[in-house]
Amino acid sequence: MSFQFQFEPVFARADVLFDGFLLTVQLAGLGILLGGLLGTLLALLRRLVPALGLPITAYVEVVRNTPFLVQLFIVYLGLPQIGIRLTPEQAAVITMALNLGAYTTEIVRAGLDSVHPSQIEAGLSLALSRWQVLRYIVLAPALARVWPSLSSQFVLMMLSSSVFSFISVQELSGAASNVEQDTFRSFETYIVVTLAYLGLAMVLRLILMALGAVLFPSGSGLGRLRQSAGNR
Amino acid sequence: MIRQFGIDEFIFILLSARWTLVLTLIALSLGGVFGFVIALTRVSRFAPLRLLAGAWIGLVQGVPVLMLLFLSYFGLALAGLDLPPMIAAGISLSLYAGGFLGEIWRGAIQSVPHPQWEASAALALTRAQQYRYVILPQAVRIATPPTVGFVVQLVKNTAIVSIIGVVELARAGNLINNATFQPFKVFAVVALIYFCICWPISLLARRLERGMHAGRPG
Repeated sequence: MSFQFQFEPVFARADVLFDGFLLTVQLAGLGILLGGLLGTLLALLRRLVPALGLPITAYVEVVRNTPFLVQLFIVYLGLPQIGIRLTPEQAAVITMALNLGAYTTEIVRAGLDSVHPSQIEAGLSLALSRWQVLRYIVLAPALARVWPSLSSQFVLMMLSSSVFSFISVQELSGAASNVEQDTFRSFETYIVVTLAYLGLAMVLRLILMALGAVLFPSGSGLGRLRQSAGNR
Repeated sequence: MIRQFGIDEFIFILLSARWTLVLTLIALSLGGVFGFVIALTRVSRFAPLRLLAGAWIGLVQGVPVLMLLFLSYFGLALAGLDLPPMIAAGISLSLYAGGFLGEIWRGAIQSVPHPQWEASAALALTRAQQYRYVILPQAVRIATPPTVGFVVQLVKNTAIVSIIGVVELARAGNLINNATFQPFKVFAVVALIYFCICWPISLLARRLERGMHAGRPG
């Protein structure tokens, strides 16, 4: 094989790749935050307001059974037809939030299901307010239990952000295709960018693990209530 | 000239779904073989092999499918193989499927209780016989629901190979959209077809999962 690896032209454009890397981090971070909040909210709403059960379930099923890429096309190319114009970045974040929101709804639902009803009764009989029961007895243990699944989903979402290059967002893979076209070193460019994604996925996993340890210290949500009561 | 989105356009999109299905089947069969090897390697008695399989799983699960696609596409070209995009697409999706199926099946093999190994060893079965007659039949039962669930992910991820020019569902949608300029309609139809493929598989996966919990005494 006569092929010689030449990484120099790729590294010469490291600034472009780094800008793309930063944009990926920003988009993924924003998308994960919004999607996570949306999903948690919808999972709770579905539990608290039975009338919303059907529309929320429909949303979850539609999103989970269609490709992220096609959702992106509908938001970015389709919405302008009905008068909603978005920049590629806005479309990216909105699609990510909607997509991740559906997965999060489903994952958090499993967590909520795992909280036994007698726990709620026990909480109420201890004269906790409804809000305290929701926060410390239902939501905190439920999220703690599904945090590993949520983390995996968040990482997958970050990786899926690579398809934003399809609508010309200059995130990491978009920057990669620019560099590739300028340098003609396609294979080298994608090796570098693949490693960047791998590193980002590993760091994100570590951050989520640490975040889980901080947000959901071992023991029940009640432990935190006791703690905050002690601080008062 | 701008075409209208009519019955011909709809049929073009609908027919292109066959390539989505073909890609899924290729990735499932090739990736299945690959995943099986990875799963067995991951529970091997030799630590270096375990580590290697673990590293591979970590790699595939830590990079976007799009990158696997580009690396296969450009890598094969550099190796002097002038293959149609469909082959590169099939290979990259197989690599992706292999990584995820390997991890799912590793979990299934390891969730067979350890006494099963000891009992079958006590019956003087060889390691291959243990797998064939004792461990795998139980592991398959455990692995079926998540495997079916993964097929949905696989179908959806075939959309990504549209970028290298394979005319499957998503690409067909793009082509029709470029001719009709009715993106909302076109991609709603595309999404609907994906949904019609994926939803039954999702329901099946859920049903299998429920059946498994109900069917296990004790």
